[in-house]
Order: sequence, then structure tokens, then C-alpha cells
Amino acid sequence: MSGGAARSRPLRRMIGLRLGIGLLTLFLISVLVFLAVALLPGDIAQQILGQSATPETVAAFRRELGLDQPLPQRYLGWILGILQGDFGNSLANGRPVADLLAARLGNTLFLAGYAAAIAVPLSVLLGLLAALWRGSWFDRGVNVVSLSAISFPEFFIAYILMFWLSIRLGWFPSMADPGAAPSLAEMLGRAFLPAVTLVLVVTAHMMRMTRAAVVNVLGAPYVAMARLKGASRWRIVTRHALPNALAPIINVIALNIAWLITGVVIVEVVFVYPGLGQLMVDSVTNRDMPVVQACALIFAAVYILLNITADVLAIATNPRLLHPR
Amino acid sequence: MLLDIRDLKIEARAEAGWTPILHGVDLAVDRGEVVGLIGESGAGKSTLGLAAMGYAAPGLRFAGGSVRFDGTDLLALPEARRAGFRGRRIAYVAQSAAASFNPAWRLIEQFCEGPAIHRTASRAEAEAFARQLYAQMSLPEPDRFGLRFPHQVSGGQLQRAMVAMAMACRPDLIVFDEPTTALDVTTQIGVLAAIRQAVEGFGAAAIYITHDLAVVAQMADRIKVMRHGREVEEAPTRQMMAAPREDYTRSLWAVREFRRPARELPGGAPLIRVAGVTAGYGAKTVLEDVDFAVPKGATVAVVGESGSGKSTTARVITGLLPPQAGRVELDGQALPPRLADRSRDQLRMVQMIYQMADTALNPRQTIRQILSRPLAFYLGLTGRAREERLHQLMDQIELEPGRFLDRRPSELSGGQKQRIGIARALAADPRFIICDEVTSALDQLVAEGILRLLSRLQDEQGLSYMFITHDIETVRAIADEVVVMRHGRVMDRGPRAQVMDPPRHDYTRQLLASVPQPDPDWLTRRIAEGVR
Repeated sequence: MSGGAARSRPLRRMIGLRLGIGLLTLFLISVLVFLAVALLPGDIAQQILGQSATPETVAAFRRELGLDQPLPQRYLGWILGILQGDFGNSLANGRPVADLLAARLGNTLFLAGYAAAIAVPLSVLLGLLAALWRGSWFDRGVNVVSLSAISFPEFFIAYILMFWLSIRLGWFPSMADPGAAPSLAEMLGRAFLPAVTLVLVVTAHMMRMTRAAVVNVLGAPYVAMARLKGASRWRIVTRHALPNALAPIINVIALNIAWLITGVVIVEVVFVYPGLGQLMVDSVTNRDMPVVQACALIFAAVYILLNITADVLAIATNPRLLHPR
Repeated sequence: MLLDIRDLKIEARAEAGWTPILHGVDLAVDRGEVVGLIGESGAGKSTLGLAAMGYAAPGLRFAGGSVRFDGTDLLALPEARRAGFRGRRIAYVAQSAAASFNPAWRLIEQFCEGPAIHRTASRAEAEAFARQLYAQMSLPEPDRFGLRFPHQVSGGQLQRAMVAMAMACRPDLIVFDEPTTALDVTTQIGVLAAIRQAVEGFGAAAIYITHDLAVVAQMADRIKVMRHGREVEEAPTRQMMAAPREDYTRSLWAVREFRRPARELPGGAPLIRVAGVTAGYGAKTVLEDVDFAVPKGATVAVVGESGSGKSTTARVITGLLPPQAGRVELDGQALPPRLADRSRDQLRMVQMIYQMADTALNPRQTIRQILSRPLAFYLGLTGRAREERLHQLMDQIELEPGRFLDRRPSELSGGQKQRIGIARALAADPRFIICDEVTSALDQLVAEGILRLLSRLQDEQGLSYMFITHDIETVRAIADEVVVMRHGRVMDRGPRAQVMDPPRHDYTRQLLASVPQPDPDWLTRRIAEGVR
């Protein structure tokens, strides 16, 4: 079909454009991150070596770190290294940052994926059911429960869960280090408590957006038409309303997944979970700047990528854009 | 009897409790029979039509009576059982196909949904039937037509696709709810032919709801006139057309006879001249070399189907859309093309009244605030002078100042809102008013009141009107001169009698021939003549 290529062209152009803007944003963020770290007060070499170090040792260490070079040159060296996969070496232990990150990023993605795999289907389903039975006890109940969950601080939920499910009942470990576990099942078991905590935190937001977007569409004439064609209410909600309500839902899901990757420091600390957030907090305490910079850049990249994905998906679900006249 | 509605009462949720909107109505439809429901908006026609499917719109409830379909009382059934009738035995065709098709689904998917839900046909059978119906309804490329999304299809085609969709399960009864009201006359006639063919070809019974007498005369075997949720009278079509019994029915019949009295125009140079205007949006040209003039104190009607460039012409004159070529003159002086470059006085001279009074008035403001704004902005009126002028304006539009000035638009009826729209235009003390389909959204009686009001104001104040409309009857009622447009070009222009009586241009002839006539045989003749 000759029209096919022509039709997908606007979408492809749009994806290309968004990716380009995303790369530009990432570049700007890398400059900001670099400058922010470089402009921190105090001398990193001095702080690492301690007050007792001789000026000669400090100067030598500064040279070794490249701190004696002008800012633009240092930035260029850093960013070119990253483009080749070299994030530099940790100041704390001298290991390559990339190696440190790899394990931690894997853990973080595992936990985020775990929580998202539960939270996204759950909140969309709850949102659909709440829209289907809007005004009923179920609708109100789901609202109250999910809002309560989001209103408590994460650490509070985390400690409550830990107290009951780990200490009292002993079902799940309170220390969650999946990296040491031999099998997937074991990993899932060990990360269960942090994952459930995160699910409780993100579900309300996605559920309420699903409900609101679907309810908004339920007033449309084509929904009345579907009823007059004899469609059941569940069919109307899932087949007629949901496809037209996807754009806002996708956006909220993307934001929440981004948060699951970048914003879970507290939960990681509570459960002593070796994720990226903890690494970043530790590195800030240790003034391990290469690691801090790398973490910040990865977090930014995750946000940008997920938002681009959400934009593209939102557009791809709109037939007017996907199939122009 | 296929459908037998007895003493049906329906109530609407109101601020305090429920208020009745159908007060015990009967409706009977035999197999293969078409019953027309006619009346103003708010008469309860649609509510009654939907009740025939055992359906009450959100905010409404059944309060009494019975809806027997083929012997079963739908109101006594649980909702799930009622759903088994809908789409399968009783189908629905809505007013706006554009809003009633799901924008996310291809047309054929929506066609096949009914047969899939009710398991009346396999997917392949349903698709084959769809293609057959698309072909019968003269839709383009019937084999591939269903692959399109609703937004890829024109309004008239979409409406025909909806008629086809209603036939998907071969229902015994179809409810047509104003199926051609949103269409141009030239498009309407094709859809009417398609509906006639579908109903006759499949022997289905139908309830045909409309406020257009001429249309219902073509479609119905029997007509029921409704008003305020009650039946006014019911009779076979020919009898009803020839000799309506009730005064109200006669008043509906009579509306079409309003003609403003002949009068002498002051003459002299034209007030507005549109000279060689070419305009468009981006690379798309919508107007090409449009040329016409509006004499002082005269009404020029600009007619044509949607997409002909009528409203774009208005946008050029008001300065909202600067033309690519040509110019607009007011009193012999060229107006700056851009709105921002026009002086306050130039802005004051050209005012506009909109089709949708609902959306053209700020819902958060009172009538006083709405009308005070132009008085302060254009004329600098304040305090007592402004208050006096407000009262004067309200008197001119025949609304009591004391009762209405402090209300908000939502507390007014459609006709009253349109009168406020007129007052707002008058407040600027203009010389030229563009009326953009100002009566299209109104019932006939109300619309007639608006036309009379505009005519009177014109006589009193020597205003010039440009009347954008697709309604030929409105043109006959008020126009001194006519401009016929199509595809962004002027087809014909001149004094009304020269342009229209008899039609001088081929396209004008086609336009006039598409206007339904109260004669019940009109559509049959037109179909016989091969009109699509």
C-alpha cells in the first residue's frame, strides 16, 4: 500500500524531533550538573586527603584528577569519556564508576520494574472499575484507601510493613538485597517489601487519573451510541472509553515509572536496598563527585526517555494523528 | 403492533427532586411503518424516541407507563435483557454522526460490533453485509470505505455510514433522531434518499424525529406533533399536511411564510465592498477572488454549503484573517487588513452576531456586564448614561431590563440568548452587522422572532446586514441581495429575485432543488430524477 509509508512519516518525523529535543535537553543538563558540582565550595582534593596533607600532595592529586585544567576542558574530557562509556573512576575507592553503576542500576531497574508490574495493571484496573461503578461504595472505598496510602510518608508505610510482614510474621526479609539471591523467585521474595511500599505510594495517582480520564470520556455521544448498540458497561468502559482516554493515563504512568527509578532513595535506605538512589546519597556524603555526576545524568536520561515514550505513545493512540485525512 | 408505548411518563432530575418532562404519551408503530415525531426543542421527541429502546438518558428516569416491543414490556426487564434488544431489534441513528462514531475505531469495526455483541452474524458475514450496504448508500470505494476512521470521512458520508451501521443486525425498528439536521441541504437529500432506501428495502419500521416539517413529510406515513412533553395531535401524513387540526400545529406550518415587506433602499455608494479577496489558512486557499458589495441599509445573504467560504469571508471583513490579496472597503475607505491595525471607530462600525449564542456569551458574566463592556469600550459610557443606554438596548430587543439585566446567560432561553447577542452588537452603535447563521440553532418560531427583530432594527436604524446562512427560507424571508458561494468562489450575486426567482445559475438551481418541500411526494420525485 503506497499510503502506508506516507502515513507513518509524520509519526516518524515526530519521534525524530522528540529524540533530538531530548538529546539537547540531556546535553544542557550535563552542563548544569557539571557546573553545579564544579562550583561547590571547597577543594575536593583537599577534602579527600584531609587537612594533614602537604600542599605538594594536594597539588599532585589535583593534577591527577585533572582539577588544574580550565573548566571547559574538564567538561569536554568528562563528556567525551561518557560518550565512550567511561564515567571516570570513583574517588572513594578508585573503581571505575561504570562498574559501580552497572550493578546498582540493575537493582534499581529491577525494583522499579517489579513495582511497576504490580502497580500499573492494578491502578488501571482499579481506575476502570471505579469509573464503571462511579459513585458506588467501591468507587469511594478505592479512593479512600489509595488516598490514605499516598498520604502516609513512604518510610512510615515501609516500617509498618516491615514490622508486620517481616518481624511479626517473618514472611519476608527486612533487608532486601536481591543481588545476592540465586534465583528470580528468591529475588522477588527479597525485594517484595520495598516493591509493595512503592506500589502503595504510586497507585493512587495512576488510579485516579485513569478514573478521571475514563469518566470524562463516558459523557461522549459515542458512549451513549455504544449503549444503544447493546454493549455491556464493561465493554463500553474498556473498548469505547479507555482507547480515547489513553493519552493522559500514559503520561501519568510514565511520570510514576520515572519516579520509581529516580525517587526511591528513602525506601532504599529503609530496606538497605543497594540501588542507585542509595549510591548517590552515599557518594554525596563521600564527596565522590564522578559518581554523583553520573547518577544525576542517568536520572535525567531516564526522565527524558520516559517522557518521550509517553509523548509518542499518546500520539500513537490518537488515530487523527496516526491516520491523517 | 410492533411498538406500543402507553401513557409513558419520564422525569428529569432537577434541583429539588424530579420534574416531569413526558406527561403520559402514547406511541404505536406497526411493522414496516414510519412514524414522524415533530416539535420544537424541549418537546420531548428525542426522549420519547430513546424510550422506545427502553433507554433513559443520564439524569432521566422512567416514572410510569409501559414500552411494549413485540409483546415484551422493556421497562419491566432488567438492564442486561434490555441491552439484548438494543442494536439487534431496535437500532438508533443519532443526529451527529461525527460525535456518535468512536474516533478510535475504524468504521467497519463499529459496524461489526453489533453483530458481534448479539452474535447475529459471523465477522465475515458482517463485513460482507457492511460492504453491500456501503455500496447501496453510494459511499465511495465500498470495499475499502470501512477501513477509514471517522475523521477521514465527510459529514454526509458519515451520516450514511451510521444508517448502514443501524442496519447491521437487520433490526425491526430504527429510531432516527434528527439524522440530517446538521447537514447542508445538498448533502441532506442524499442521506434522506439513503434512509428511505434502507427503511423500504429491509421493511424496517422507523420513528423519524425532526423539527423540519418538510423532511418529516417525505419520510413518515404518520406524523405525531409534540409540545412540552405532550402529544398535540397525530394523523396520517397527507391529512396532517393538508389540514392540521390544532392551532399549535398550524403555527408550525405557518412559520415558513414570514417575508419582510418590500421597501425602498436609500441607494448611493455601498457601505461595504469586498474587492477581489483571496484568503486562506497556510498554504490552503479558501477564498478565491471574492467580490461583492453591501448597499447601505440593505441585507445581503451569503449562501452556500459548509466549506464554501462563507464564514471565512466574515473573518476577512472583521479583520480576523488578513487576506492574501484584495481589500475590504468601508464607506469607500479601505479597512486595514489586520484587526490590530484598525482604529477603535473602525472596529465599532463592524459588529458580529454568532450562531451559538451559548458559547458566544461569557457564562460567568451577567447580562449587564456583557452589554456594558462595548458601551464602555467603544463609546466611553459610564454611570447613568450607560444605565440608560442599557435599558434602551433591552427595550429594543424586547426583553424587560428589570428582569434580565442581572441574570446570567445560563438562566436564559436560546432565543433570549440570541437577543442578548444582538443587543451586544447594537451596543457598539455599528453600521454593519455580520449575522453568522444566527437562527440555525433555534426553533422555527423563535428564529422567526429573531428575523422580525433584526428587520425592525434595520428599518429603525438604517443598519446593513451580511447574513451568512445555508437556509434558503431565511434568505427568502429577509434578503435584499444574494451572494451564492461554492468552494470559495462567488457563483452568482445580485438582487434576490434575479438570483433566485427563477434561479439563474446552475448551482443555485441545484441548491434550491435540494431544499425539502412540504409536498410529501417531493423526495420521491427527486429520487426519480436521479438526485444523489
